[in-house]
Amino acid sequence: MSKVRVLVGTRKGAFVLEADGKRKNWEVNGPFFGGWELYHLKGSPADPNRIYASQSSGWFGQQIQRSNDGGKTWEPVNNKFVYDGVPGTHQWYDGTPHPWEFKRVWHLEPSLTDPDTVYAGVEDAALFKSIDGGQSWNELAGLRGHGSGPHWSPGAGGMGLHTIILDPSDPNRIYIAISAAGTFRTDDGGVTWKPVNRGLVSEFLPEKTAEVGHCVHHVAMHPARPGVLFMQKHWDVMRSDDAGENWREVSGNLPTDFGFVIDVHAHEPETLYVVPIKSDGEHYPPDGKLRVYRSRTGGNEWEPLANGLPQSDCYVNVLRDAMSVDQLDECGVYFGTTGGQVYCSSDAGDTWAPVVRDLPAVLSVEVQTLA
Amino acid sequence: MTIRVALPAHLRNLAKVSSGEVSVTLDAPITIRRVIDALEAQYPKLGGTVRDYTTGQRRPFIRFFACEEDWSHESVDTPLPEKVADGREPLLIIGAIAGGM
Repeated sequence: MSKVRVLVGTRKGAFVLEADGKRKNWEVNGPFFGGWELYHLKGSPADPNRIYASQSSGWFGQQIQRSNDGGKTWEPVNNKFVYDGVPGTHQWYDGTPHPWEFKRVWHLEPSLTDPDTVYAGVEDAALFKSIDGGQSWNELAGLRGHGSGPHWSPGAGGMGLHTIILDPSDPNRIYIAISAAGTFRTDDGGVTWKPVNRGLVSEFLPEKTAEVGHCVHHVAMHPARPGVLFMQKHWDVMRSDDAGENWREVSGNLPTDFGFVIDVHAHEPETLYVVPIKSDGEHYPPDGKLRVYRSRTGGNEWEPLANGLPQSDCYVNVLRDAMSVDQLDECGVYFGTTGGQVYCSSDAGDTWAPVVRDLPAVLSVEVQTLA
Repeated sequence: MTIRVALPAHLRNLAKVSSGEVSVTLDAPITIRRVIDALEAQYPKLGGTVRDYTTGQRRPFIRFFACEEDWSHESVDTPLPEKVADGREPLLIIGAIAGGM
């Protein structure tokens, strides 16, 4: 029978949750790296026993941990993230130039085909790559070297590169997203990059449709249709049908189009999930009701999913990397909250149940579907 | 000379050492820079944890104490007290009380 393994990063450690294909009875393992912030963990699609984890601390900086046995044991690998050449400056909150400074790894994206190749999205925004299982890291400096780099500025949470999407149909095409610079695409394996933000409108920008400067929160893609992208922007849920060249809003009837997560059903490329959050000043769900919204039409028409989720006095947030789907026949959907709950739906969102209720604040959730 | 270095728990875990102190051997002059150079050479997993890779500076919430004095703002090239150099006292690497989340 198939199994699922859920990798949960929290403010105070990592947890590995495992269940069989029914997804009812869960084994909770952890905390691993107790006391450290685990911004993200992700397994290799090519070898599910290989998992990478980003471990960081305000005291002791960044570590990268690697497991070769499905998360049972871990070994720190190289943590040296040094920008290529003279780092230069980006724009600080007050508009002045500020030197690029490495702070942490927000997101790790293992290669689709090689367990030893992994990308790291970091704050201050840059993309690094390792081809030796994390033993060394090199910056793909063409991204930061894009002419707009000096004009990027941090969002309130920092200037993190938080989304990395590898195109399964074209090994040279990668999408990344940065808060608050926007979405970028390479078609040559990371040597050169272009911003792909046309159609985004951000009220906080002096030029609302600027080429860069948009606070993109997360981007999702269905692997069967790599040219179609879905985005949760600071405000607005967006869609592109041409690999990011043009975006249009698909917020439709959502109660609020602010939010962080967005994901796509494993088998239905037009079925999307978001978690609407009341506003950028109030990072909790509207009316104290935690509801996932699902669209079966690729956006615009959304239905609330509340069965099994708290419908009163709930004021948690769901952060940008804290939703994931499994690959089982009946697609499982998972998300974690800043209140420490991890919820699972084993029926594509119709009903939900907590896997765990009292973890530290959840930063990331990734699911592995195991044979 | 054998220099004693006291590490905070998280760094002991990273270095996979069970005791609160480790020791490094080096010749004079005994300075913070040279002790940390030796520490990182002996325990490569501690690279980047005490001082930033790029700037070489002490990380903001790390403090250096020796002989009941705060050495955090001293030059890292100033010779440490004789009691540290001869092993009677450790150099303490401290994770500062810094609140946070």
